[in-house]
Amino acid sequence: MGYVDDQFSQLHKLQDESSPDFVVEVASLFFDDAEKLINSMARALEQPCVDFKQVDSHVHQLKGSSSSIGALRVKNVCIAFRSFCDAQNREGCMRCLQQVSHEYTMLKSKLQTLFRMEQQILAAGGSVPLE
Amino acid sequence: MATVAECSKELHVLAVDDSYVDRKLIERLLQISSCKVTAVESGTRALQYLGLDGEQSNVGFDALKVNLIITDYTMPGMTGYELLKKIKESSVFREVPVVIMSSEDVLTQIDSCLEEGAEEYIVKPVKLSDVKRLKDHIMRGEPQANGKSGLLKRKLIDDIQASSVPLSFSSSVACDLESSQLPSSLSSPNCPFKRPKLL
Repeated sequence: MGYVDDQFSQLHKLQDESSPDFVVEVASLFFDDAEKLINSMARALEQPCVDFKQVDSHVHQLKGSSSSIGALRVKNVCIAFRSFCDAQNREGCMRCLQQVSHEYTMLKSKLQTLFRMEQQILAAGGSVPLE
Repeated sequence: MATVAECSKELHVLAVDDSYVDRKLIERLLQISSCKVTAVESGTRALQYLGLDGEQSNVGFDALKVNLIITDYTMPGMTGYELLKKIKESSVFREVPVVIMSSEDVLTQIDSCLEEGAEEYIVKPVKLSDVKRLKDHIMRGEPQANGKSGLLKRKLIDDIQASSVPLSFSSSVACDLESSQLPSSLSSPNCPFKRPKLL
């Protein structure tokens, strides 16, 4: 399964001369947001008495922002994660936390590579095709 | 109600969303669609901007020119639904169309927003085509008798079907679509909205 879905290419439609770094900017906001949320989830799950509503709230937010930037795999883990929160299943939640953290790390690495390559192409005087 | 198109060619939109990512996205979507945008992170901030928070007696000059309010549904503190209600209670802003955005396509949630007078309910992620359609709709100044316009339910059903989310409709919803209350302009061949695929 791809790391990003069609929404990621939708973001490129919003990038132009007046906002040439839009995709990178949104991705950066997403990285900051995701890292904060994943840390909050971890802290909440570490508590002796887990507040599953709180965890679910963080997962819901991550699901939302990953959907907005087209981070398909992260979003899909969040969907499963929410079911475990509903079921108040701590083990299941811990597994999902690991998974979401893994998917996020992979995605961040791939996107950063992509952005670096695009920068290099542009610096060399080339252009980056949108499709 | 004077149509927006008569007053100004540029829509001024107040966007409300607690998510940084979504706020940036909606701001850009609106800017690229030639709208002026004011983006805030909460219902409370939105009310402050509009001068409806009870603290300020004078609403800012800019806020008076708001033509459209687009808000996320699920927000901490005040939800988009609660914000919608407060706006509809205001004599100054009740005529301003309010659009709700949400990642949830729960029919009861959608219905309650429409009942409360929301212009539209858009399922996230919001696309450029959604904003374009919305802008055209607002600029044309099409009046909504109340929030229960068949037009809105049609758009929702098209959206939901397009995203292939299996959804079972109660018979009452299906009946609404077939009601003869649909404005006659919708049956014209130039209607920009797709015909619903009736279940």
